[in-house]
Amino acid sequence: MSTVHPTTDTPDLIICEHCDSLYEAHPLKPGEAAFCLRCRSLLGRGHRLSIEQLLALTIAAAMFFIFANIFPVISISMKGLTNEVTLWESVEALAQGRITIIALVAGLAIIFAPLLQITLLLWVLLHANSGIIAPGFKACMRALEHLRPWSMLEVCMLGILVAIIKLAGMLDVHPGVGLWAMAMLMVLILLIANKSIRRLWDELGVPAE
Amino acid sequence: MNGIPFAHEHKLCLCHTCGYACQEAAERCPRCDSPVHRRKPNSISRTWAYLIAALIFYIPANVLPVMYTSLLGNSSQNTIMSGVIEFVESGSWDIAVLIFVASVVVPCVKFLVLGMLLITCQRRSRWAMRERARLYRFIELIGYWSMLDVLVVALVASLVQFRELSTIEPRIGILFFGLVVVMTMLAAMSFDPRLIWDAEVEDV
Repeated sequence: MSTVHPTTDTPDLIICEHCDSLYEAHPLKPGEAAFCLRCRSLLGRGHRLSIEQLLALTIAAAMFFIFANIFPVISISMKGLTNEVTLWESVEALAQGRITIIALVAGLAIIFAPLLQITLLLWVLLHANSGIIAPGFKACMRALEHLRPWSMLEVCMLGILVAIIKLAGMLDVHPGVGLWAMAMLMVLILLIANKSIRRLWDELGVPAE
Repeated sequence: MNGIPFAHEHKLCLCHTCGYACQEAAERCPRCDSPVHRRKPNSISRTWAYLIAALIFYIPANVLPVMYTSLLGNSSQNTIMSGVIEFVESGSWDIAVLIFVASVVVPCVKFLVLGMLLITCQRRSRWAMRERARLYRFIELIGYWSMLDVLVVALVASLVQFRELSTIEPRIGILFFGLVVVMTMLAAMSFDPRLIWDAEVEDV
């Protein structure tokens, strides 16, 4: 389903990031997608969500982020003793002696990257909602691009489930409130922090100097 | 695949950060101020460097223990593979397969695919270009799932802390394994898939 055709000399151009093919941009309807004819990679999608809806989802994501981080994700009990863990405590568990550096990577992947993504999106979208280009817009958008690959909430979610099953064999394991918040947060981040946020460049008409 | 113009034939190049079509002469994107390059700088040598670093880290990641378990007086150390085998022996086939895929299959597939892409690009091969482009997108997609084991160890180690009764602690292997994941992610990011298609053009 390609709505893009190769052309020359038009202002709205799309370049395929995987093979450098040049296309003229056509507006896409919600649900439509354009693929490169040369390498078959995705060129763009029609947006289903308005800026206002994106903002609402970002606010919801901020709430779920707080819940996912202050409430324990798993609790266990063994012979009358109980123990529960939040995301932060699980990252801290890696910060031991020589392996501390891996705690930084894990902290980035499941706490800091999503936190920054949500904060930057809130800032950019709050302004975009009233049609304004936020102060520091360029820096925010660049940061969002660079953060995306390091935000790994999906992996974290699967990790929590594996940990539950792993421990269920030897102890009593109970999912905590944080787990449900985490599941919702994961879905929301997939919706709001994907590549389609680049639409703001065009929709806000950010000038090219 | 003829008829579709390449951007560089029109003196244009893509800004990877905002998707703007910049003039080829530009050093920074006029819209978002990021540096723009016709191709990612030193793509092939950087990717080789990250890939080789990842391969070196992959050895201690598999040989050294990732987790120390002490349960009611019995203590043991697990490597990644012995953890998988433990799951198989306890009958949890599904989890064993999941961990095996995330920690062994995914990194190995990344090594093989990236190595193959690098060699074919260096030889300017025109073999199966579309399929190679698809393979690149595939490893970009699966790459970060290898972090699964690191996060599982983190969660389990922070939960099971009952002093004498039972404890689980992370061990140095998990550091190397995490570094393997980071290095392969950096390798995939620094590879420029447009190099696959450059073989079509004579003068690059």
